[in-house]
Amino acid sequence: MMAGTENQQGFTPNEIMTIAASRALRGSDVCFVGIGAPSAACNVARLTHAPDITLIYESGTIGTAPDVLPLSIGDGELCETAVTTVSVPEMFRYWLQGGRITIGFLGAAQLDRFGNINTTVIGDYDHPKTRLPGGGGAPEIATSAQEIYITMAQSKRGMVEKIDFFTSFGHGTGGDDRAKLGIDTKGPTLLITDLAIWKPDPVTKEFTVVSLHPGVTREKVQETCGWTVKFADRLEETPAPTALELKTLRDLKARTDAAHSGKAAPAANRGSKDG
Amino acid sequence: MAQFMPLSQAVAENLRNGDVAAFEGFTHLIPTAAAHEAIRQGFRDLTLVRMTPDVVYDQMIGMGMAKKVIFSYAGNPGVGLLRRMRDAIENGWPNRIEVEEHSHAAMANAYEAGAAGPPRAVFRGYRGAGLEADRKGNVLVEGIIGIQKEAVLAARRAVVTVEEVVDDFKGLHPNLTILPSWTITAISVVPGGAHPSYTHGYYARDNASYIEWDEIAADRDRFRAWMQANVLDASPEDFAARVASLRAA
Repeated sequence: MMAGTENQQGFTPNEIMTIAASRALRGSDVCFVGIGAPSAACNVARLTHAPDITLIYESGTIGTAPDVLPLSIGDGELCETAVTTVSVPEMFRYWLQGGRITIGFLGAAQLDRFGNINTTVIGDYDHPKTRLPGGGGAPEIATSAQEIYITMAQSKRGMVEKIDFFTSFGHGTGGDDRAKLGIDTKGPTLLITDLAIWKPDPVTKEFTVVSLHPGVTREKVQETCGWTVKFADRLEETPAPTALELKTLRDLKARTDAAHSGKAAPAANRGSKDG
Repeated sequence: MAQFMPLSQAVAENLRNGDVAAFEGFTHLIPTAAAHEAIRQGFRDLTLVRMTPDVVYDQMIGMGMAKKVIFSYAGNPGVGLLRRMRDAIENGWPNRIEVEEHSHAAMANAYEAGAAGPPRAVFRGYRGAGLEADRKGNVLVEGIIGIQKEAVLAARRAVVTVEEVVDDFKGLHPNLTILPSWTITAISVVPGGAHPSYTHGYYARDNASYIEWDEIAADRDRFRAWMQANVLDASPEDFAARVASLRAA
């Protein structure tokens, strides 16, 4: 299932988003992986240029290497391929709060220009228009991971002037807001959308477009964003996906779709104690 | 000491209207069979606690059993939102529910505080699914263990469904997560009892069912019809067949 249609260059906006996000990860990273777009990007990185990357899902699976993308954060394959699996309290206390995570990779339902994320509610909290899932692990990931990468497809509904609820704290009102609140991690340092790569301004912390994906115009970025977009003085073009990146992503998605439609291999057998 | 008994008896003896109850499971080992038994027995006014309420809480809320839900992530992971829970919160159908939400870390801390012995009990009831029990009623949990151990130790009464009963746990790794018999109130043997969740080493997660649920839950009438056929008119014995094709070869 691929969102969007292929452009003339032979890849979809969703594919360039995932691939651009995967390139931001290094083999030395210890990455706390959100489900959905972040999970795809992290596994493409692992299967291409960063085979040694440590992927951690909040179900407690540390150093996991799934063959298909998990549907949930707790699919069996995450545990079966992990270096170790720990309990939820240990996950959040020792590994996240302990400062071991270099990159927290999150998605967002609503995002503002300072990287603050809402996944709780659209509309009024007590009388919501849409009740969303809530924070899960993200609020602590946002403050305890050394840096945060965010990935989401652009839309006026999703990228808004003012979010309806602060689920996961980014740069607050900008500037040194994090530091003033006693948060000593970097917060959001990168935003990868289906159209562009954004980085926070060093002083104001407002996300600024630094690279447009191939074929994308400034106008298109502005049309799908709810705030007035700032562009870097030296705007780059994101390199198109390589053949290897595209093949890796498409193979992964094909395996995943087959697995989740009920054609999955059954569970690995637990060693019988009867021999 | 844990007593072995049929699930219908375990639920009837340990759950009451108005209880604060956690049917825990962090994606893995979700006690679906126990929740379905509670639905059949028609409990009301429950405060349902769980870090990750998913399909089974959507079912309980849609059947009007909940007055409040305490949680940290309410969704059908990788699929979408919980449509019955949304209907209750947004439209009051079939009844209004209160919500109290936290982050995962905060919920985990609350369970741990309960397990560690707080000045007052945090949770009154717990139903969980385990891998297997030995004949003495000790329960082994492995794989993604989530918050299962803390939930049992935080509860006043703990009911566990297991896949099978073995003679003993001799020869297994000494550091496995084993809940001693004396921490558990009742054990019921329900093969497949976590479906569509899963039991590590026994059967895989039925992801296709989670995807299908999104359509079933989208419509009130379709939801009611599904619950009638698959829960109200069904029994714990039906779970084994549901996981037959998901079992290890």
